[in-house]
Amino acid sequence: MSNVTQSKVAIEAHELVKTYGGKVRALDGLSFSVEAGSIFALLGPNGAGKSTTIKILNTLSRPDSGFATVAGFDVLREPEAVRRAIGCVAQKSGVDNEATGRENLTLQGKIYGLRGQELKTRVDDLLTRFRLAEAANSVARTYSGGMQRKLDIAMGLVHRPQVLFLDEPTTGLDPEARASLWEDIAKLSREDGITVLLTTHYLEEADQLAQRLAIVDHGRLIVEGGPEQLKGELFGDAIHIEFAHAETESKVREAFGGLDGISEIRVEGHSLHARASQGATAVPGMLVALESAGLKVASVTVARPSLDDVYLRYTGRTFSEAEMGDQKGQKGTR
Amino acid sequence: MNFITHSLLMAERLLRNLSRQPWWIVISLVQPIIWLLLYGQLFKRVVELPGFNSSSYISFVTPGVVIMSALFAGGWNGMGMIMELNQGVMDRLLVSPMNRAAIITGRIISMAVVSGVQSLILIGLGFLTGARFAGGIPGIIVLLVCGMLLAAPFAALSNALALVIRKQESVIGASNFILMPLTFLSPVFMASAVMPDWIRSVSRYNPVNWSVEAARAALNGNTDWSFVLVRIGCLLVFSVFCAALATRAFRSYQHSA
Repeated sequence: MSNVTQSKVAIEAHELVKTYGGKVRALDGLSFSVEAGSIFALLGPNGAGKSTTIKILNTLSRPDSGFATVAGFDVLREPEAVRRAIGCVAQKSGVDNEATGRENLTLQGKIYGLRGQELKTRVDDLLTRFRLAEAANSVARTYSGGMQRKLDIAMGLVHRPQVLFLDEPTTGLDPEARASLWEDIAKLSREDGITVLLTTHYLEEADQLAQRLAIVDHGRLIVEGGPEQLKGELFGDAIHIEFAHAETESKVREAFGGLDGISEIRVEGHSLHARASQGATAVPGMLVALESAGLKVASVTVARPSLDDVYLRYTGRTFSEAEMGDQKGQKGTR
Repeated sequence: MNFITHSLLMAERLLRNLSRQPWWIVISLVQPIIWLLLYGQLFKRVVELPGFNSSSYISFVTPGVVIMSALFAGGWNGMGMIMELNQGVMDRLLVSPMNRAAIITGRIISMAVVSGVQSLILIGLGFLTGARFAGGIPGIIVLLVCGMLLAAPFAALSNALALVIRKQESVIGASNFILMPLTFLSPVFMASAVMPDWIRSVSRYNPVNWSVEAARAALNGNTDWSFVLVRIGCLLVFSVFCAALATRAFRSYQHSA
């Protein structure tokens, strides 16, 4: 791999389009680029096109149109070179359950041409690093979810790839295993200089790990930037009010008629989302206004902008709504 | 070069996994053992039919059941592919520099080894129940080769189907609708000489027929080796063709992935 030149841009996706069965448009002109050595997150609800993007970039799938390069190689014209340069951890575990952790890693290394002492040392290092040394000689079927995911990541790293794809790496893990994995992932970019592209539908995960992130929805890029930058673009604080009963937006807007400095008012059922430059000072006035209009308030939260707010602002719906909407969509009602 | 190394890596992996559950080899032998023992008894007297040209039905049917068992082992091989597709093991291989043809070939090699072991067990059982082969060890080796060379193309086709359709039902359906008729449109259980004309004509194009006839010719002694080698040659060509087809099936998988 020594002849591979490190370019500044590790991943570039340009106008990727992918349809399944001629109908479902999984990707609808998605473009983004990832700087070498950074962690980049694709954030979006299920069905947004994140996994499809990864599959095109790791040569498992082909786009209908558009192009992409990974580590400087064209995924369509030089798939072999791309495969040598990347490591992948898919949503579905790629671990062979009937083989031991050590056997899984050793085979993976052999596929990339590692042999003898070099391979053995590398496997031992990875087992130690991911705290799997004790379970190294047990078959992977006996591993916990967190251990299996770590083995998956270790397998993706055996050949020291330049770019690592992590497709929903912490889905299905308990909070402790998740935190431990975050630590491992952050280290990869910090200490090993590996470019990491990860997909997630946890806002918190993107916020914690990624230097840059792109919000994806319906196969399109909604917005791209650093987590702080995106949050900074939001005006003021987020105010979230829960009503005792479902209310309509028009009633709420009418109630707020006389108030200044409140923007981006949105009502979904029992919830009201709004923004104010100074959340804490705006709330008393809002509560009085709502009460005099006869709207019963159950609870109030004021928060600094979160990625959820970023998501809401750019897609017009909250993240949980998007997830629910997609479930409905799968039933064919969308 | 990668092709050979990678094929062996794949075969080694599958055989090692299988060696952790060796009872599986025996369980998948239950059916052929029943065929061997039941048909061996039931049709004992068909050898008396004029033209059958064999004096012991168990000697006749043992190679038939060995071949049939190999055919089925091959035909069901796609089930393993579907399991690995579902687990994600296959995707991990496909995003690595693993040679595509080696993924298929490795599966075929490991299946052929397992099928060879099973064949030896069946031959032993046949021997215990009275089968005798004038062709001796060379005949038995030809029988093993014929079994593997029949299992290989059907394993390849089964894997191709698994990659294209990716549902267990497709492999189960195809196995039932293709393997059974192929068995009965061949001289596995009945000598060609006493078959109805139309079955005999059809069976000429049936790879199962090539395999059984070559094996029996080698087992019966006084072997016409050109007869045997032509059939082995046909099986070999058919195997390579099917393996190439299965390798192409990865493309279809890539397009729909």
